[in-house]
Amino acid sequence: MNATAEAMAIPTAVNAVPTTAAMPASIAIDCKLDKVFYGDFLAVRDSHVPIEKGKITGFIGPSGCGKSTVLRCLNRMNDLIKIFRFQGHVHFHGQDVYARNVDPVILRRYIGMVFQQPNPFTMSIFDNVAFGLRLNRFKGNLQEQVEKSLRRAALWDEVKDKLNNSGLSLSGGQQQRLCIARAIATEPSILLMDEPCSALDPVATRRIEELMIELKAKYTIALVTHNMQQAMRVADKTAFFGVDISKGGRTGYLVEMGDTQQIFENPKEDLTKKYIRGEFS
Amino acid sequence: MNEPSTAVDFATRIELPKLEKSFFVGRALSSSLLTIGVWVAAILASVPLFSVLYMLIVRGGARLNLELFTELPPAGFELGGGIGNAIVGTLVMVGIATLISVPVGILAGVYLADLGPDTKVASAARFLAKTLTGLPSILAGVFIYAAVVLAMGGYSAIAGGIALAVTMLPTVVLTAEEAMKMVPQKMKDAAYGMGCTRTQVIWKIVLPTGLPGILTGVMLAVAGAAGNSAPLLFTALFSNYWLHSLREPTASLSILIYNFSGMPFDNQIELAWAASLVLVLIVLVFSILSRIIGRPKV
Ligand SMILES: Nc1ncnc2c1ncn2[C@@H]1O[C@H](COP(=O)(O)OP(=O)(O)OP(=O)(O)O)[C@@H](O)[C@H]1O
Ligand SMILES: [Mg+2]
Repeated sequence: MNATAEAMAIPTAVNAVPTTAAMPASIAIDCKLDKVFYGDFLAVRDSHVPIEKGKITGFIGPSGCGKSTVLRCLNRMNDLIKIFRFQGHVHFHGQDVYARNVDPVILRRYIGMVFQQPNPFTMSIFDNVAFGLRLNRFKGNLQEQVEKSLRRAALWDEVKDKLNNSGLSLSGGQQQRLCIARAIATEPSILLMDEPCSALDPVATRRIEELMIELKAKYTIALVTHNMQQAMRVADKTAFFGVDISKGGRTGYLVEMGDTQQIFENPKEDLTKKYIRGEFS
Repeated sequence: MNEPSTAVDFATRIELPKLEKSFFVGRALSSSLLTIGVWVAAILASVPLFSVLYMLIVRGGARLNLELFTELPPAGFELGGGIGNAIVGTLVMVGIATLISVPVGILAGVYLADLGPDTKVASAARFLAKTLTGLPSILAGVFIYAAVVLAMGGYSAIAGGIALAVTMLPTVVLTAEEAMKMVPQKMKDAAYGMGCTRTQVIWKIVLPTGLPGILTGVMLAVAGAAGNSAPLLFTALFSNYWLHSLREPTASLSILIYNFSGMPFDNQIELAWAASLVLVLIVLVFSILSRIIGRPKV
């Protein structure tokens, strides 16, 4: 833990940069998306999603409402999509991540990501987990860090005897846990998780949820989930997105956001109430 | 006694779908016919292949001894001799060609697959590469004759290697592109998500993941180049002596086979057979090596 904290000392450097925006210090990422386009298609509008430091922020909403899109805006993964255009701002500890002088490559080393579909590399299980560590010239004990990450991702017992096998030889759920281990190995200060448990059994799901709760003491997590119970169990804040079909397209927007308890127990919006009761999906 | 049992049979027959294979009903029949057709075609296709191999082993195997590798080719009525200089020449020239065409080809493949797949340069390059694969290889020889042999003032191993490189390049480029395009986008996304630069994604993910496919392409090109005589006719020519310098005319297996197989001497004809066998063995060794190197780590 200490070795990692030292090796990954860069996040503190970023934290040390004086905050320019007048944001409370407890906001890790202030994400205000006015309009997000894929080509001419308006995918998301008017969504202001502040992500609090040291908390788990849950994103819920029907399929296609733009949860993944919002998540991918946070670490500029959408830059890789040529037709992506965006209006608004995303501030990471006060710094505008879409500013011209910001290198998305460096940004992504502080903001880890677990994707909706498992995507291990064509290399051994060990190398998969060690990938980010090697990339960041990790100086601690590589073996230990890999083992620790695999244990936290609830995968160690299943793979400890075959660390040299290909990551692709694992089952779908195991691959997803491998990707979680890979993402947390570098202990990024923010972790974006896009439905990390959708391919997992209840036991592994529970372990991942415990991991998230353990991690939030030091890190910040944004979690997309389709599982209401999961959001209730782990999220401190919940953002509910809906789809607006009034103008012809299917545009996602933030319906409401607040403390998880409030969202689930007495939502302000009718739409939220209906969604939570399962009246539409 | 009989009545109830037939009743039961009847009932089961109605309830259970019939699952046994029946060979003479529509779908099953066409499936078996197709299977038979595929087998016949496969056997027909391998007949020439295996008869060539058989001929090579029977007729070339007789001279497969140490002398073959250590001696120089015999002149006219001489007996004995070997093809040592031609083996060296082929290895050297194919080596030169590989050194030129593989790095250039793979980098071009990276550009076509990843850096600028939709650019005008890319589509022009792709079109050219496809056209070049259909180029008669003798034209590569003529082109290098004009561009290199005349400029250097003589036939040489270098010119031969460059001519072979020209014939290898399109295969390497196109297969490398194809292999790297097969690397799933989500795998690249994962690497970008970890904070890789574009260069790192290519070096650490795209190239290693596409390596087996790239090596297959390289092997195809190497095998083709090793057996190609036309590009060497005007570039490396031939030599009856050991290779001393890359700037001299150089012997090669393919030209040796071409020369000796037309001679009216049994000795030379035997050597041509042996050289063919050696050529096939060289290609075989390289393909096996590339399989081993390029095997995805399980
Ligand atoms: N690369 C892309 N190019 C074009 N359109 C896209 C792209 N990615 C997403 N979209 C569109 O943006 C909208 C939101 O997609 P997104 O993946 O963010 O939804 P989601 O809320 O994550 O859905 P799910 O719960 O099914 O994962 C969809 O209408 C989708 O078609
Ligand atoms: Mg999604």
